[in-house]
Amino acid sequence: MSALAVLWFFLIFVLIAGYFVLDGFDLGVGVLYRALAKTDAERALVRRSIGPVWDGNEVWLLTAGGALFAAFPAAYATTFSGFYLAVMLVLFGLIVRAVSLEFGAHDPKWGRAWDACFTIGSFLPALLLGVALGNVIAGVPLAANGDYAGVPLLGLLSPFTLVVGALGFAMCMAAGAAWVALKTERTSAVHGRAEKQRRVWHVVALALFVVATVLAFAVVKPQFAPGMLVAGAIFAIAFVVCIAASIAQAKKGNDLAAFVLQSIAAVCLVALTAVSLFPNLVVAAPGSVGESITLMNAASSDTSLAWMTGIACIGVPLVLVYHVIAYRVFSGRIAEEDVA
Amino acid sequence: MDALFDVALLSRIQFAVTVAYHFIFVPLSIGLGLITAIFATKYYRSRDEKDGAAMHFWVRIFTATFAIGVATGITMEFSFGTNWADYSRFVGDIFGAPLAAEALFAFFLESVFLGVLLFGEKRVSPKFYTVSAWLVWAGSCLSALWILIANSWMQTPAGAELASDGSKAVITDFLAAAFNPSILPRYTHVIVALLILGAFVSMAVGAWYLLKGKHSDFAMKTVRIGAVVGIVASCVMIVTAHASAVEVSEEQPTKLAMMEGMYNDEVPPLYAFGWVDEESQQVITPFAIPGGTSFLATGTWDAEYAGLNSLAETEKYGEMNVADMPVNLVFQSYHLMVAMYGLIMLTAILAIAFSMRGGRIATMRWLQKLLVVSPLFPFIAIQVGWITAEVGRQPWVVYPSTSGPDGVSLLTNNAISQAVSAPELLLTLALFAVVYAFLFIGWVRVISHFIKRGPVDAVAAVESAAPAAPAAKTCDAKDGE
Repeated sequence: MSALAVLWFFLIFVLIAGYFVLDGFDLGVGVLYRALAKTDAERALVRRSIGPVWDGNEVWLLTAGGALFAAFPAAYATTFSGFYLAVMLVLFGLIVRAVSLEFGAHDPKWGRAWDACFTIGSFLPALLLGVALGNVIAGVPLAANGDYAGVPLLGLLSPFTLVVGALGFAMCMAAGAAWVALKTERTSAVHGRAEKQRRVWHVVALALFVVATVLAFAVVKPQFAPGMLVAGAIFAIAFVVCIAASIAQAKKGNDLAAFVLQSIAAVCLVALTAVSLFPNLVVAAPGSVGESITLMNAASSDTSLAWMTGIACIGVPLVLVYHVIAYRVFSGRIAEEDVA
Repeated sequence: MDALFDVALLSRIQFAVTVAYHFIFVPLSIGLGLITAIFATKYYRSRDEKDGAAMHFWVRIFTATFAIGVATGITMEFSFGTNWADYSRFVGDIFGAPLAAEALFAFFLESVFLGVLLFGEKRVSPKFYTVSAWLVWAGSCLSALWILIANSWMQTPAGAELASDGSKAVITDFLAAAFNPSILPRYTHVIVALLILGAFVSMAVGAWYLLKGKHSDFAMKTVRIGAVVGIVASCVMIVTAHASAVEVSEEQPTKLAMMEGMYNDEVPPLYAFGWVDEESQQVITPFAIPGGTSFLATGTWDAEYAGLNSLAETEKYGEMNVADMPVNLVFQSYHLMVAMYGLIMLTAILAIAFSMRGGRIATMRWLQKLLVVSPLFPFIAIQVGWITAEVGRQPWVVYPSTSGPDGVSLLTNNAISQAVSAPELLLTLALFAVVYAFLFIGWVRVISHFIKRGPVDAVAAVESAAPAAPAAKTCDAKDGE
């Protein structure tokens, strides 16, 4: 097991965590859009809250995909071709959502169609990415060449994978509501609705986490690598603590702390996934012809990983600088007058 | 009917459709990104309200086009895994890194500063805003570089060797792989073509307003800026096109043979147009300059090149079945591209000649009409140019180029996702057709709305999230003027 391969295993989960935290909230905003905003002015306000940042947030997914391709080509090939229809639904969602965000405001006649694209396009990735991750954890039937050997799409649905999908979805919703609460004036109607949604989805996320944990130990029975069970327990406890603290901060009206704690909880969830998988990338379900795809048998050469590490050392600081710029320029609450 | 069950063919069709569609919007946004940045700089220097309105006009068109380019690009990034799993396994050690680098270095840069361009004018200094416009454009050029590094490596592999078990290509020298023999000519060739498209679109919009007798001041400005960028880029094109032709003749003999319809070894003549009869292996044409292509590639009139039949006898190209080669398609694509370049050069010369100094174009309606349709020339050239490059590489997805390392090549038919079935592909193809058609209509609606509205800051400028209903009223009122 090369040290570089281990490094990239965790770096990919760092990218996934970045995506889950950042695009998570704007996917949530997309799904909750019609529930949070009732008038044209309110809808413009909600769209504006993510307008300048959603594109950068989404790039985390592209980077994670590219990094998986580069570092563990076999895992990239198996998951994306094996989950073909699910991935395509995610892609169609992301495509129509991106375009609807830019076009909707300029095309009032098609306003409702663009709004529908925005909501459905946010719903599909928010739900399906979690289902996909659930499958990777639970294990999928693999053929000798490493290909997925199960039933297309429907084969990916089981109680555990659906609960993981629902948990990811609930986290996006909670994050979306927390974001809108953070970005709108406390006195506005939108803010009130966002607070209500945040309360609901926090509780739903906690409940689903408990169900997912029970199902994981009762049905999936993940094989933790030495030491990883402890790490997993720490992340699980940290998740619960962060959500509870986020609820408490939300009650006090501290929207920023509530959002940050919610985001840390999301990171804990991804970290928990990473340690429960390690060193596997795709677990082969019992009875598979092929072996599990692991960071030993799927890693690119050390030469390739070393270059990737160099690229990351230059690129990641730049990315962080861009994000600091973006979130500083567009910091603060926005009011309906600002977008009129 | 067999075609309906041919996973390799369906995968190729899906890739071709999605990439050609993506490549409608990306060239536009890279081309118009430069025009937008130039107008932003103009406004930064003059602080004249008219220049501000002109800048906002281009920012609106640029960002709407950019959005659909970004959205359709997501498909491309993941298509290697979804549809070309065996390809991904074969090349992952080399091909993944440029994709990751593209996201890290280019996509983040573009997306963050695009946000500033769209929503940040009131929140940042004028200088920062202008720099943001240039950074978005720089990001898009950087993105093109990384994806072309990846694509060029498929055309002329380098810095790699076949793994000892023969299952995949393994990197030996990252820099040699990135700076493979075709990257420089191909990158410059593509970028210059995109700048020509942007320049021609800029001129077309200006000429449209001249024809309608509206916004004449803005119209002359855009025509002039387009004409300058257009003529410079069209001249540089000669150099990059020549370099690309030389590269193909040296590194990709079967592609050269298909471009010129050469079945047998010959000194290739220069055809203006023709038809390749694939049965009789003859080029039917009324006119050819003997040795012309030889001259373009080498500077001498008598360089002989190998034809497909003798190439198929070599070990390197032995996997090719000459009867199945899409020679006429490559021949036609290539010659159409060259013909379009003729029209491009002619238009660029006319535009620069009549838009400078006195600006006689203001009264020349025939030239205005020509400019309105002129974006079609670079648009067609770009599309058929890509068909030449990509179909010309068949039947390989990783091409066994002349200087390429032994064994580092892969047939397209061996690159597919075996886990994906034909019905799944048919379903997604149908979905792509519906969704992409819907988006295209939406894009046309939005862009024509912007063009009708013109370079006026009617509503709160570029604050695009303006409430829909009142904004529409203001615009309709303006449109009616």
